[in-house]
Amino acid sequence: MIKPVILWSDVLIYLLVISVVAFLIQLRKRPQTRERWRSVFTSKVGMVSFVVIAFYVLVALLDSLHYREALPPSGEGEQTTAYSSEVKSVLDVVLHNLHESNEKTYSAPFAIYSFAKENLEADDGSIYRDYPRLEHAGKHLDDPSERTGDILWRTLVALMTGLLIAAVLIGLHKYVLRGSDGDNGIPWKAAYITIAILSMFTCWVIQLSEFYHVMGTNKVGADVMYSSIKAIRTGVLIGTLATMVTLPFAIILGISAGYFKGLVDDIVQYLYTTLSSIPSILLIAASVLLVDVYIETNAEEFNLTILRSDFKFLALCAILGLTSWTTLCRLLRAETLKVSQLEYVQAAHAFGVSHGNIISRHILPNITHIILIALVLDFSMFVLAEALLSYIGVGVDPSMHSWGNMINAARSELSRDPFVWWPVISAFLLMFTLVLAANLFSDEVRNAFDPRTVKEGN
Amino acid sequence: MATYIIRRLLYAIPILIGVNLLTFALFFMVNTPDQMARVQLGEKHVTEADIEQWKAERGYDQPLFINSEAEGMGTLTQTIFFEKSIKLLAFEFGKSDEGRSISADIKERMWPSLAVSIPTFIVGILVNICVALLVVMFRATSFEVAAMALCVMLLSISPVFYVIGGQFFFAKLWALVPISGYLPEEPWRFVLLPVIVGVIAGIGAGTRLYRTVFIEEANKDYIRTARAKGVPELTVLFRHLLPNGMIPVLTSVVVIIPSLFMGSLLVESFFGIPGLGSYTLDAINAQDFAIVRSMVFLGSVLYIIGLLLTDISYTLVDPRVKLS
Amino acid sequence: MTNNTVLQVNDLKVRVGQRGHELVKGISFHIDQGEIFALVGESGSGKSLTSLSIMRLLPNALQVAGGSIVLRDTHLFRLTEAQMNDVRGKRIAMIFQEPQSSLNPVQTIGDQLKEVIQLHQDIAASEMNQKMISLLEEVGIPEPAARLKWYPHQLSGGQKQRIMIAMALACEPELLIADEPTTALDVTIQRQILELLDKLRKSHNLSVLLITHDMGVVAEMADRVAVMQYGEILEQADRDTFFKNPQHEYSRRLINSLPGMDHYLSANSQDNLLSVDGLKIWFPKKKGILQRTVGHTKAVDDVSFSVGKQETLALVGESGSGKTTTGKAILRLNEIYGGSIRFDGQEITDLNRKAFMPLRRDIQIIFQDPFSSMNPRMSIREIIEEGMLSLEVGQNEQEREATMQRLLDRVGMLPEHLNRYPHEFSGGQRQRIAIARALAVNPKLIICDEPTSALDVSIRGQVLDLLRELQDELGVSYLFITHDLSIIPHLAHRVAVMKNGQIVEQGATEQIMRSPQHPYTQQLLAAAPRSPLEHAS
Repeated sequence: MIKPVILWSDVLIYLLVISVVAFLIQLRKRPQTRERWRSVFTSKVGMVSFVVIAFYVLVALLDSLHYREALPPSGEGEQTTAYSSEVKSVLDVVLHNLHESNEKTYSAPFAIYSFAKENLEADDGSIYRDYPRLEHAGKHLDDPSERTGDILWRTLVALMTGLLIAAVLIGLHKYVLRGSDGDNGIPWKAAYITIAILSMFTCWVIQLSEFYHVMGTNKVGADVMYSSIKAIRTGVLIGTLATMVTLPFAIILGISAGYFKGLVDDIVQYLYTTLSSIPSILLIAASVLLVDVYIETNAEEFNLTILRSDFKFLALCAILGLTSWTTLCRLLRAETLKVSQLEYVQAAHAFGVSHGNIISRHILPNITHIILIALVLDFSMFVLAEALLSYIGVGVDPSMHSWGNMINAARSELSRDPFVWWPVISAFLLMFTLVLAANLFSDEVRNAFDPRTVKEGN
Repeated sequence: MATYIIRRLLYAIPILIGVNLLTFALFFMVNTPDQMARVQLGEKHVTEADIEQWKAERGYDQPLFINSEAEGMGTLTQTIFFEKSIKLLAFEFGKSDEGRSISADIKERMWPSLAVSIPTFIVGILVNICVALLVVMFRATSFEVAAMALCVMLLSISPVFYVIGGQFFFAKLWALVPISGYLPEEPWRFVLLPVIVGVIAGIGAGTRLYRTVFIEEANKDYIRTARAKGVPELTVLFRHLLPNGMIPVLTSVVVIIPSLFMGSLLVESFFGIPGLGSYTLDAINAQDFAIVRSMVFLGSVLYIIGLLLTDISYTLVDPRVKLS
Repeated sequence: MTNNTVLQVNDLKVRVGQRGHELVKGISFHIDQGEIFALVGESGSGKSLTSLSIMRLLPNALQVAGGSIVLRDTHLFRLTEAQMNDVRGKRIAMIFQEPQSSLNPVQTIGDQLKEVIQLHQDIAASEMNQKMISLLEEVGIPEPAARLKWYPHQLSGGQKQRIMIAMALACEPELLIADEPTTALDVTIQRQILELLDKLRKSHNLSVLLITHDMGVVAEMADRVAVMQYGEILEQADRDTFFKNPQHEYSRRLINSLPGMDHYLSANSQDNLLSVDGLKIWFPKKKGILQRTVGHTKAVDDVSFSVGKQETLALVGESGSGKTTTGKAILRLNEIYGGSIRFDGQEITDLNRKAFMPLRRDIQIIFQDPFSSMNPRMSIREIIEEGMLSLEVGQNEQEREATMQRLLDRVGMLPEHLNRYPHEFSGGQRQRIAIARALAVNPKLIICDEPTSALDVSIRGQVLDLLRELQDELGVSYLFITHDLSIIPHLAHRVAVMKNGQIVEQGATEQIMRSPQHPYTQQLLAAAPRSPLEHAS
């Protein structure tokens, strides 16, 4: 028996996905825009980075379907640790191997012994200090020396499974594509390879996690890989939601300032100069502090931890968005000023076309490239910002999985001896892949849409 | 020129008032001093009396805007708004919630901040420009492709990792410099690593930006004229492209020069530099609103000075620009 | 190759990248000592690529795919880059089309001049200044000693081009390449620069490769002519032979693009459609701390004229004369400071946005640049239909569709072009579409703002012909704004000449063209390129 839990951030992210899909369908009608998008996807870099981003988004979406399990009847085996107040997501089902085999404390990747010595009792009853075997990892091994062979064998099996799944997916895609005119320049091969790698990686993580902790465990013995993967949702959502908050401000204010000029322009310029004059990190920190105060004074409204952390998360997205629209606004204002001097806008004036129509038909479509480029760039900026803010202590709730929180913990972990390097490396790799993919994708979008680079390319 | 500067300074007034009102609204209206006190005192078991005492000690016990109990000007001056916001405009930062003088703290802590931020700023710009020039020199070769790919990668790494990595390798593994800390007597030993980390963290973004500027400049007509005169490629780069490319580069960095006073939250806290950055961060973590408010205001003032400097720097480096 | 030959180009090919298509397809020509060789062609003909190939300054994306270029006895393609730098600026010098952007904006004139001299000549520092001053004197820069310390932005476009010429001449080159040296300049300045070039050619016995699209310039300057189209030389001949007996159909079209000045339209209209009286368009000048208005920039000052029904008034002037501002003010695209504009008897200066709406149906405009006058993201149908929808012309969709198809057909386009986008059309085609767009709302007056100046010369005549035919058919009036006197006899019944925001002279076309009274008009007429046929005979 399960009971769905709908968080506000879940609703927003799904609404966003739906509107993006609707927007893309709408765009398909415009041959020029379609042509530009096609040129994004005809580059190998664009295609690969898109597949990677799509994979991250898929993980985030799976992690945004939340539910609560009913308490199982007592005495149902050892896994009754699941509380009814624990909110799970569909992703947790996929990753149950990682999630449900906690150790006591740190353990290195693929270790079968703990990181810390403990008092152990020998067969003869004497007490000695040594590294104990882990509770879950490597439990199936009778002899620790079999470990390497076991890992290699299981890796091979997992990779083959991954390859098989990828082959099925690719085969399906080929089947769907069969009628259309060949490859029409889109580097499907690069996409297939990326999908195969991602699928192999996923299988590897899931299958090996049944027997080992592939990226070790953290201070409280939780699987590091699990935390890093759960942090994907935080990263992706903060990137998209915060960006979405900036858009209406930047677009509406930027265009009105550039189009109507005069008093409107003065007011908008005043607004963004004032806002951008405040050091953004301080403004964000101050606002987050205030949200904390609000949550603490209204604690009764946030009875579940996840409700509290979700509220704080959304507040953080809103704050990030509210403090970051000025750059895009300034760009749009400048571009609108330029476009509204162009002769086709003058021609529209000569035909008495209304302001609303001029903005929506002439101005907006001709500045979308700037919005689009900013959109993708902002995404990676916000992902990086989250890590920084969580590190400083004004980011997402500490109970939430996030790369920032993992990095924050790294401060003490790296000063241990021997140092605990795996949580920070794990967070680094997953975050780096996402941000790199987003940055590369934004470069391709810029190449395709920015008139200046389009000219240079010729 | 003088009239222009005066006009810009006058224009700064409404902006500072705006900043002031915004912070005031954030700190006193969205959240009341009562709530702040409760958070500061920590526990839910605090009594009303505790709260009143906390407020009285810090001057938060007055009305927000109008004090109907006071006489004469006092109705306006004996208020939180006057005491905590208007006085900021006169750079009277008052006392922190801990009871220390904020002005004194700022004066003491700005030097370590500057010791880190100024070298980082200067070395950073120089390195970025050199790398960007190198890339422009070898444009349309595989060197450019490789360099730009490297830049995207560097750019995609969170600055936090640079700090962690720098500290880990330079200080811990190779023990070249102290991990953290600061001694005013021999600052360079402690400043070296933060500066290196700061510069490396900025290379990706900086080089990409400057390269775009330089490439745009390289496509202009006057560069072609110089080549047609028979000027060798290196001379074209340094005598024609660089001075012109420096205009947008310089004017884009001038705005942050005043803000160097504020230091960097991240670098200072990670390296234990007792500057304004870590001061602010400590205040944030201790929820000391008085300090955060002062730093927000100071930051805005510095930014506005930066904007003014930007405009003035245009006239200095670009003969075409005259302020009016 | 004789001793007299300065430059020999053999089978030159330029292409995009390693395997791209060829932009210059194997051309050959030679230039003799002391002659001006004109390479004529329209945009995309490959003429500028040819000149850049000689300098070895092609953009990175392009490369020479074959052929040879020999300067005296130096094979240019065999030189190293360093050796080539000794040729550039010293043996071959070049001046470009855009004087505005061709000089380094942050270096003084003196520094830029000094640079080229120091590179190629051994001149003592003490003599340097004298050398530069005499160079500037030679190209006609007043107060040369003071000007050396000036920055480019302090000079006018014509003076900048003179500086470019001084830089080119500084090392006494064997060959001067002039790539459209006058195209970006006003007609009167154009004339001065051409005269300067001609003078220098004679005094220095210069060989010049003149690259241009302007047949008038060719007729006046060139000794020999080569016509280029699509990367090939169609024909080359000495000037007189070429103009008397062009071999190629395309050459004939280029030559005919310059109409003779012997046929004039006469003013015949009695009724005034538009009368402008004492029009003033002033922009406030603000100063001081409080930004008070201390005076006005008078873009248009006290201008009066009228346009009759089915008549064309040409408003002639150089850049900055206020002619375009005047045209846009009639459409209320600019704020009017004072004066009165009456259309069909109705005072229209003080109408508000809404009250002006019906008049937008009667007054329409065609812009100069066909590339920016249409929204690139809208189909031709949407572009033409927009005005009809906004001004409620046409009862329903079928009627509008029929009107659009008829109009496209009339301007020489196809009905199926409605579904296409602007970027799919050439400049001339776009200008036809722009005409159809203006006509779609049945205007009585069309303001034509330099509608042909962005077009290639061989297209200009066709568009002008179309405009004149439409006038005869539809009875529409034109206010034709132009800087190009040569097209006026073709089109205008009356002419008004503008300078510095004022009309200096107006009257019937024949009267103005044949016996101009005002010195400025005389100057303009003298500067206008004459028909090559007149010139050749």
